[in-house]
Amino acid sequence: MKERGNTSLAEKLQTPARRIFWTEWRGRSITYVSVWIVILILLSLLWFITSKGLQPFLNGEITLSQFFSTNWSPQDNKFGSLYIMLGSFMVTIGATLISAPLGISAAIFMTEIAPKWGKKVLQPATEILVGIPSVVYGFIGLTLLVPFIGKLIGGIGFGLLSGILVLSIMILPTIISISVDAIEAVPQKYREGSYALGATRWQTIWKIVLKTALPGLMTAVVLGMARAFGEALAVQMVIGNVPNAPFHFFISIHTLTSMITQNMGNTVPGETFNQILWSMALVLLLMTLVFILVIRLITRRRDVS
Amino acid sequence: MLVVDQFNVYYGEKHALNNISITFSSKTVTALIGPSGCGKSTLLRSLNRMNDYIPMFRADGSIRLGKTEIYDSKTDVVSLRKRMGMVFQQPIPFPLSIYDNIAYGPRIHGIKQKKQLDAIVEKTLHQAHLWDEVKDRLHASALGLSGGQQQRLVIARVLAVEPEILLLDEPASALDPISTEHIEQLILSLKENYTIIVVTHNMQQAKRISDQTAFFLHGEIVEAKETDILFQSPNDQRTERYLSGQFG
Repeated sequence: MKERGNTSLAEKLQTPARRIFWTEWRGRSITYVSVWIVILILLSLLWFITSKGLQPFLNGEITLSQFFSTNWSPQDNKFGSLYIMLGSFMVTIGATLISAPLGISAAIFMTEIAPKWGKKVLQPATEILVGIPSVVYGFIGLTLLVPFIGKLIGGIGFGLLSGILVLSIMILPTIISISVDAIEAVPQKYREGSYALGATRWQTIWKIVLKTALPGLMTAVVLGMARAFGEALAVQMVIGNVPNAPFHFFISIHTLTSMITQNMGNTVPGETFNQILWSMALVLLLMTLVFILVIRLITRRRDVS
Repeated sequence: MLVVDQFNVYYGEKHALNNISITFSSKTVTALIGPSGCGKSTLLRSLNRMNDYIPMFRADGSIRLGKTEIYDSKTDVVSLRKRMGMVFQQPIPFPLSIYDNIAYGPRIHGIKQKKQLDAIVEKTLHQAHLWDEVKDRLHASALGLSGGQQQRLVIARVLAVEPEILLLDEPASALDPISTEHIEQLILSLKENYTIIVVTHNMQQAKRISDQTAFFLHGEIVEAKETDILFQSPNDQRTERYLSGQFG
């Protein structure tokens, strides 16, 4: 009797229960369906932007060389967008030049110099900064920065410099938090090994920690650049929105994003101007792809070494 | 000569080393043995002040290297560490080339000439019995070496700053038997020029390579004497029981 009872328990434990089969099936279905929804959304977005963006070229309303020229006057149906694209690049590069060294230095301070204080105070503070909506940054820039620069230089204050400064503040927390992750990922043992050879703290940081964290730091900078390149509202509020050549700090310029936000409501769907905005969106999308590719390349190099 | 005299270490409330006194003579190998957590690594890391980075660490008593009092506030930790090369349990080459790993120490201490660095790299790789295996790929990443090769590279890296004393913290415990043999032979050949202190879990290893052995238990040195004598006729019953494998 007792023996039979034991056998049946063992059998019970061996037989795959129906219930387990259903849980497995349900879990798998949920994840599969979700991933297909995501892929579908992504593909349809890509298709939509690409087809819309290519339309004016396919319809013969504008040629590529016209699009990449500097002749912008919508009332004459001239949509040369080169200065606008360069405007996007200029604010991005300018903001990065300010934020990358600042952000990486701050990350070093938070991880290597004062880790306790960094962890408790500075890291949460940076996370809050990441979360502030871009329109707030733009509003602050418009209220404080633009009049200040105007007074300082003698002008209206809108322009490339204001755009660069607002963006550099915006992307700073992004660069800091990703750099912190990259530096913290450097094994403690590398630092010990370096100290054991008689290296000072700064030598260890400079020659071992930063060198090891370099791919991560570069990822941080590229992500910051991507954020700056794609930012619309804050830029539009301070940049002046005039498609001048973007080679002077104190005159109003335009960027791809500010052009789209400014004009998407003022143009009629179907007219050339509106279609050109879609072409600009396509340029933005392609640039985002480039940024992602760059990050991929950087991180792949780390895997090999 | 390195002299430890009534040395105590505390981690917060925990009394990790209790009244340690031991002398490490020049050009000898001393093995520190004992069960896990007995304090042997703590002593080793106290010698070159690597414990300074542990919060709550506190030490009293004296350790003297020649005329230098190690825990004196005026002692320059950087030059102290240069005099006492340390090798850890896990082989941890920097993620740089083989060449740059070895040149790292000399470079931070101010040697810039390529010729001089080349000479140091070749000399220390010979010393570490690694030259023949890596001479054709000095500029390849050190992370591509095997575990045993990495550990010999780390030893070469330490030798490159010309220390007087080598502190080896279980240098072979993460390695296979053949690599272990390499390391042991290396230690014996380095004895001619360096004072070596090695922490080990492997009592046979202690017997094979050391002149003096110290047996640690609960933060104290139970017994420290010539290796042959300690293994043949230990004075203390606890030493005898540990050596015969009754605990630990």
